[in-house]
Amino acid sequence: MTLQRTNLQKVKRFLGNNTVTILFLVICAFGIPLSGYSANYLVSEVVVRIARNSFLIVSLLIPILAGMGLNFGMTLGAMAGQIGLVFISDWGIVGIPGIVLAMIISTPISVALGIWCGKILNMAKGREMVTSYIIGFFMNGIYQLVVLYGMGAIIPIRSNSLVLPRGYGIRNTVNLIGIRKSLDNLLMIRLFGIPIPLFTLVVIALLCIFILWFKKTKLGQDMRAVGQDMEVARAAGIKVEHTRIVSIVISTVFAGYGMIIYLQNIGTLNTYNSHMQIGMFSVAALLVGGATVSQAKIRNVFLGVILFHIMFIVSPMAGKNLIGQAQLGEYFRVFVSYGVITVSLVLYEIRKKHDRGIAGQILAQEQGVEA
Amino acid sequence: MNVKVEKIISTIMQGVKSFGLPRIIIGLFLLLLFIAAPFVGVNIGTSLSDTFNRFGMNAVMVLAMVPMIHSGCGLNFGLPLGIIAGLLGGTLSMQFNFTGPASFMMAIVFATPFAVILGWGYGQLLNKVKGGEMMIATYVGFSSVAFMCIMWLLLPYSNPTMVWGYAGKGLRTTISTEGYYLHVLNDFLSIQVTDHLVIPTGMFLFFGLLALMVWAFLHTKTGTAMTAVGSNRTFARASGIHVDNIRTLSVVMSTWLGALGILVYQQSFGFIQLYMGPFYMALPAVSAILIGGASVNKATIMNVIVGTFLFQGILTMTPSVMNSMINTDMSEVIRIIVSNGMILYALTRKTEATR
Repeated sequence: MTLQRTNLQKVKRFLGNNTVTILFLVICAFGIPLSGYSANYLVSEVVVRIARNSFLIVSLLIPILAGMGLNFGMTLGAMAGQIGLVFISDWGIVGIPGIVLAMIISTPISVALGIWCGKILNMAKGREMVTSYIIGFFMNGIYQLVVLYGMGAIIPIRSNSLVLPRGYGIRNTVNLIGIRKSLDNLLMIRLFGIPIPLFTLVVIALLCIFILWFKKTKLGQDMRAVGQDMEVARAAGIKVEHTRIVSIVISTVFAGYGMIIYLQNIGTLNTYNSHMQIGMFSVAALLVGGATVSQAKIRNVFLGVILFHIMFIVSPMAGKNLIGQAQLGEYFRVFVSYGVITVSLVLYEIRKKHDRGIAGQILAQEQGVEA
Repeated sequence: MNVKVEKIISTIMQGVKSFGLPRIIIGLFLLLLFIAAPFVGVNIGTSLSDTFNRFGMNAVMVLAMVPMIHSGCGLNFGLPLGIIAGLLGGTLSMQFNFTGPASFMMAIVFATPFAVILGWGYGQLLNKVKGGEMMIATYVGFSSVAFMCIMWLLLPYSNPTMVWGYAGKGLRTTISTEGYYLHVLNDFLSIQVTDHLVIPTGMFLFFGLLALMVWAFLHTKTGTAMTAVGSNRTFARASGIHVDNIRTLSVVMSTWLGALGILVYQQSFGFIQLYMGPFYMALPAVSAILIGGASVNKATIMNVIVGTFLFQGILTMTPSVMNSMINTDMSEVIRIIVSNGMILYALTRKTEATR
């Protein structure tokens, strides 16, 4: 005898699994007409944001595969990327070579930070998320120490436009005019009047293919095993700690590249703020796409980017048209971003408990049959 | 002779171990700052006075960590929820034009029902997510702050000292408590030791009273049950304790203490900070109690006092001393590194990691 689900239960299960996504569809369905934006404008904005954010969000997938939850420590990679960008701005290297060089500079920093982060997370098994979250804050302190006090004083920075008037430390905003949109504009095509940055999209597609391929490799399978059950994986001869560190390193390196792609689109670097919010927004977008703490697919990334950013684009205008205050819409989208993460985390914990209950029932039944 | 030396060394090592290495390092660092202060031209009296003042301002919010840690709900990253109850109490008391000490009393009275209701709901939520409390608490705090941002704009407050002048509605981002409850505790029985050194007795007394209440509560039957729930849930359930109720009670207490904490903070600081103000307020309180020697599932009143003093001492002393020494203000960076480093240290302790 097995536990059969009725149709009603199936529907319930579907709704339960996709609560956040459905909630967002509803918000967007109300928000789009309220904002009064044209379809053309919305689509072109969404395309820009897909190109800007997808790479960052894809970088979250590997730690989820390894069962380490949402890697809030991706801010570490973002910091590494920003350091790379500061250096190429100082050296005056522009265009695609500048972007590639920034990526090359960021890689060793990301790897080192990733190894460190992975080691700490291995010491805090079972609460990786909150730990990686605090690691982000902690490293922000170190980052400020290096960029605000070290650069120009110990680390040579020549350009006066980068350094604060006092002689050391990087300015609050760094103009990335040299590499602004150079990746996007490399191969820009127009489709129905909507500009599409094809080259950036190709880069993102390549990353997605890499992720899909990676999941099938030995290492990818090891990670899945570790994510399912650490003890079983250890018994099967997998180096659990090592595998977990590797997953964080990969995530951090990709987050660094993602940050560089993100900033070349924006065109200015907010030296002390850009990296802080990026973790939260990426995580929220991924969750909106229907991912959970333990499972995320490529399609969650793109659905998430589209829905999350439609909400982001329309809410100030919708707030203004609805109540007459654009500020309200601003607060609303902040609230929704945090609310989404809260709801997803709560649902995940509840479902984990529930599934454990079902597993127990099945086990009890099997034993009942034997007896 | 040699044996004796070894014995002394081992006792010292044991003492270091029980007191905790990070605490000793931070304590020595603070001591160093106090020793260095006069040589770089910083007045010790002012420094001590500032440290006392900030201790009083923050101690109640740190105390708000204790009940939840005791019941095994982990570090209360959801402190902003309690702060919101306090903000509602404070603004309501001002809206109804209570002035002077009465406004402080009324702020507490108004804040209490909000704290109880919000805390109850928050407790129910945390009961559903046992094991993942800390991450969810963080985001409950964040999303409630963001939600209240909307409410501060929409709620029908009308006191002209609180709302935006030109629109006549929507609360300001910072509201002065002058004329209301500014310094009501600070000035209560305050002792002027020297020109620069003032002891804010009222704040200490208020904190002492609350600390005594928490301490006494933890020694009642319910309090003991709370500790039992925190140390072993299954065992507590087996001995007939209603685990979920006890946990909810602890969350309500923490939320209420958080509400009082922000009111004490405001009366000394002089301003009510709305909107994104409470956003990151949980982190300093969490790291303060951890510096004081608490862990993710164990905390005492002593941890609160020691931790708040050390943490606030460093926050007060580093800017002034560092500034006069090397002409740079690195205090913000040091604060970030010390406070988050402390939380990381606590989260990675092996003994608690398997809870």
